[in-house]
Amino acid sequence: MSARYVEALERVGRVRGIRGALLVHAEDGLVVAEALLEEVDARALAALSAGLVARLRRSAGHAGLRPPAFVHLRGEGGMLLAVPAPDDLLVVAIADSDANVGLARLEMLEAAGRLG
Amino acid sequence: MRVIEPWVAAPLRTFLAESGARLVLLMTTSGQVVAQHGFTRSLDVMSAAALGAGITASTEELARILGAPRFGALVHQGTRQGLFLGAFDTPRGRWIGLVAFGPETSVGLVQLFFDQMASEIAEAAPPAAAPAQVLAENFEHELNASLRALFGR
Repeated sequence: MSARYVEALERVGRVRGIRGALLVHAEDGLVVAEALLEEVDARALAALSAGLVARLRRSAGHAGLRPPAFVHLRGEGGMLLAVPAPDDLLVVAIADSDANVGLARLEMLEAAGRLG
Repeated sequence: MRVIEPWVAAPLRTFLAESGARLVLLMTTSGQVVAQHGFTRSLDVMSAAALGAGITASTEELARILGAPRFGALVHQGTRQGLFLGAFDTPRGRWIGLVAFGPETSVGLVQLFFDQMASEIAEAAPPAAAPAQVLAENFEHELNASLRALFGR
């Protein structure tokens, strides 16, 4: 796994409340790199989060809007965060409900910027 | 969607709904079709089944030559359409799934829900019946019965 990918994910993972992060190929929905807890199925998370972001992009396009720069999906037990990155990648993180979303967003955007 | 074995219908229906696949063909390793979705001509089904079974046999032989375990799946990614070919074990023997998908879904989603379908089929499969002797006079009748089930004719 490329060192810059690992470093980018580790910085995101250090934010309070972040359970793990991974890099996903946006078009294929395949895992590129991961820093997740063992109980999280990285393959399923990658495929489903890439599918979600692709649908949101299409929805935004049909509505005449720009593609989303940050996706924040809130569930009862936690959150899914996603940020598009260069080379058709996505930075995806899963977080506890009380995670610091603002800081996580900053770190994810910075990680995406460093991947370019 | 058409199925030869009724217990395949529910897992296949779920796979189609979740994966967004366009065409699906389930077959045995000898190329005998078990279920299909999206094909309109029996000739296409028979050709695709024969080719899918042949490719799977080739990759499994390659794996054997390389001293590797079986390959899990084979993906051809085109610009407008992708092909996914995966084999899995069932109580009725080893089966193959051939899936064509477009840009509305992804290989990750297809693979994820294909594995789920394979598990559900393995769970739903009734125990295999004792193999009956294949007689020449029955072969054509059984082949036609399968084609009628797959194409409703």
